[in-house]
Amino acid sequence: MVFFFQNLVNALQWGSFYALIALGYSMVYGILMLFNFAHGDIFMVGAYIGFGVATGITALASFGAIALPNWLILVLTILISMFLTSFVGILVERLGYRPLREAPRASAAITGLMIGIILETGNLALLGAKRVSFPALIKSTTYNISGVYVTNKKIMIVVVSLMLMFALHQFVRRTKWGMAMRAMAFDYVVVPLMGVPINTIAALTFAIGSALAAAAGILFGIAYPVLDPYMGIVFGWKAFVAAILGGRGSILGATLAGFLLGFIEIFVAMIFPSTLRDLIAYSIILLILTFRPHGFFGEPYSARLRL
Amino acid sequence: MSDKDGKLSKNMKILKDKMLDTISGVPLLGWLFGILIAVLLEHFAGDLLVDVLGLPKIPVLFGCVIILKKPLMIPGAMLYMLLIYILPISIVARLSSVPANRVAAKLLDYPMFVSVLIHIALFYASLYIWSEISAYRVLTLKLTLVAIILTLSLNVINGYMGEFSCSHPGFMALGAYGASVFTVLLFANDKIFGHALLPPSLGPFMFPIALIIGGITAALGALVIAIPSFRTRGDYLAIISLAFLFIVKSMIENLEVVGGPRGLSSQPDYAGLPTVFMWTVACIWITNNFVRSTLGKALNAVRDDEMAADAMSVNTRRTKMVAFLFAAFWAGVAGGLFAHVLRYVNPGTFGLQKLAEVLAMVYFGGLNSVYGSIVGAVSLSLLGEALRPLEIFKWIIIPLLLILVMIYRPTGLIAFKEFDVGKLIKPKQRPGKEV
Repeated sequence: MVFFFQNLVNALQWGSFYALIALGYSMVYGILMLFNFAHGDIFMVGAYIGFGVATGITALASFGAIALPNWLILVLTILISMFLTSFVGILVERLGYRPLREAPRASAAITGLMIGIILETGNLALLGAKRVSFPALIKSTTYNISGVYVTNKKIMIVVVSLMLMFALHQFVRRTKWGMAMRAMAFDYVVVPLMGVPINTIAALTFAIGSALAAAAGILFGIAYPVLDPYMGIVFGWKAFVAAILGGRGSILGATLAGFLLGFIEIFVAMIFPSTLRDLIAYSIILLILTFRPHGFFGEPYSARLRL
Repeated sequence: MSDKDGKLSKNMKILKDKMLDTISGVPLLGWLFGILIAVLLEHFAGDLLVDVLGLPKIPVLFGCVIILKKPLMIPGAMLYMLLIYILPISIVARLSSVPANRVAAKLLDYPMFVSVLIHIALFYASLYIWSEISAYRVLTLKLTLVAIILTLSLNVINGYMGEFSCSHPGFMALGAYGASVFTVLLFANDKIFGHALLPPSLGPFMFPIALIIGGITAALGALVIAIPSFRTRGDYLAIISLAFLFIVKSMIENLEVVGGPRGLSSQPDYAGLPTVFMWTVACIWITNNFVRSTLGKALNAVRDDEMAADAMSVNTRRTKMVAFLFAAFWAGVAGGLFAHVLRYVNPGTFGLQKLAEVLAMVYFGGLNSVYGSIVGAVSLSLLGEALRPLEIFKWIIIPLLLILVMIYRPTGLIAFKEFDVGKLIKPKQRPGKEV
């Protein structure tokens, strides 16, 4: 039982990265019917921006220019990086996707893939091939709850990601912008005719998705403090799997599928030899999709998919 | 001022028309003849010219490396290109246009395959002589040919069928390992599989069987994707095929029998240039016939409107299945060739990087077109080699190029064009002149 709960904690942490990234995929996919394959690399860029911001703030604090408690530095880092990374997302949308809105969807997917490669290589060219280590923003303390070891970092990561997901949910459900997004996901052609500004909504969608990816990047940097330019590739593609598994454009679905993917990966690695992780995890997903091809909360395919 | 400009552009236009007029009367046969003469020239006089121009050695890939690395040698390299390739090809092609046209017209009297075979033989001769200069050229050429097979087979799924499949590296891996296990087990002394079971002299004759086994392995793997994902349409093929890619890679990494993550080596050296060339030609021929057949047209109908196709008595599920397995088969063959060209495979090769590469080739060249696949595969492979001196900036320039192509031609450079061999090989008439 202790074994189970211990891994549950790890899986919650691992799944929250997937879930946060998957949300960005899912929103873009739900509203614009695009695969944003650059999203994994936006996660990487977000982590690096977070690294820059955190280093900057701690340097300022250590010079005595500003006196800040550690938790405030963390909150500031997350917020500023989310804000900055959202502009990366807007830029990607403006340069890579908007010119292709009338093109076949697959072409836009290729553009995304290529933007991803440019982001990776650009990072490599700018910062060099060495890995950077994320500054330790919070001191790690370990709690022992009847045999289960939980660090404060893990709790913080899970709580912050759940808070972000809840905020996103509220935003999409309660605000006028959120309503516009849902309307756009419902009908891509008619809703713009009703006066909903499609470009603004598209940019907003990319901005929110990128901000969430940045948050995931920083949380990842706190948990595993080594960043390298290619860290976004595998994460991005796996989160893409989670996003589609959740169902088209479903926030709840993407969250659940992200956590599910985390659970499957962690538990497979615990029970079987860890080299079998991908094999078993993706076989399970293949099986799920065989019986539920629309994902958890997706509606069955209808003829209005545009190509 | 504007008058002068107008005159200048008029002159340019006349010049352009004249040039077009000069070359438009040359049939394919004439061009191939010109290329043959050019490569023969390089073969015999290349070293001499290199000495005269002060270049270190014969520019391997059209001088790109020299131009990018040593700016001082740019004039020499340019002059070399002009003297060895551009001038001989255009002069010979132009001069031989009349006899070449006559020969091409004469060849039409025979069955078409005679003419096609002569064209292919001429082309192969030029490639062979061109590649003899260095081993690097041979390797680049082989990998380019393999890339053509791969791109063409992915184009069947992504272009002709209109789905988005991400599993091609997986099929390639299955084919590579299927074919390699066959040849290594039977014809090679290896650490893992022990001594050769059959005399190695039989090997080259059995190599086609090895490749076909590789292709069938890939096609069987494709069934795993095809059965669940073709029940509904939509984007689920994309993710199921992606999951399949992860599964295949992870499976091979865990199979200690074939070397696990260390990979499998000591494939016999069967994939020479003629073998790879023949398989590529066969792939182009068969795929071209496939997409122009009733089944291929049905495939296009399914892509454009599945419901309408269904109403018009197309068995949509069967059509999609056949096309998918067909494409997977050729991807497997490409994988087998790839493994025997490099004589080493490891599962890391067939990852997301390879996926991005193949997708880029398909969409760069053009969807729904055999021409496009050839152009995409050749240009991106050669570009990748030619820009090597730029190191990592290569991976900024090539993606930027692709984004530009996507923005200005969203379906690729040469999309939706039929590959008509008959039209390609027939004699050409100069516009406005009767022959």
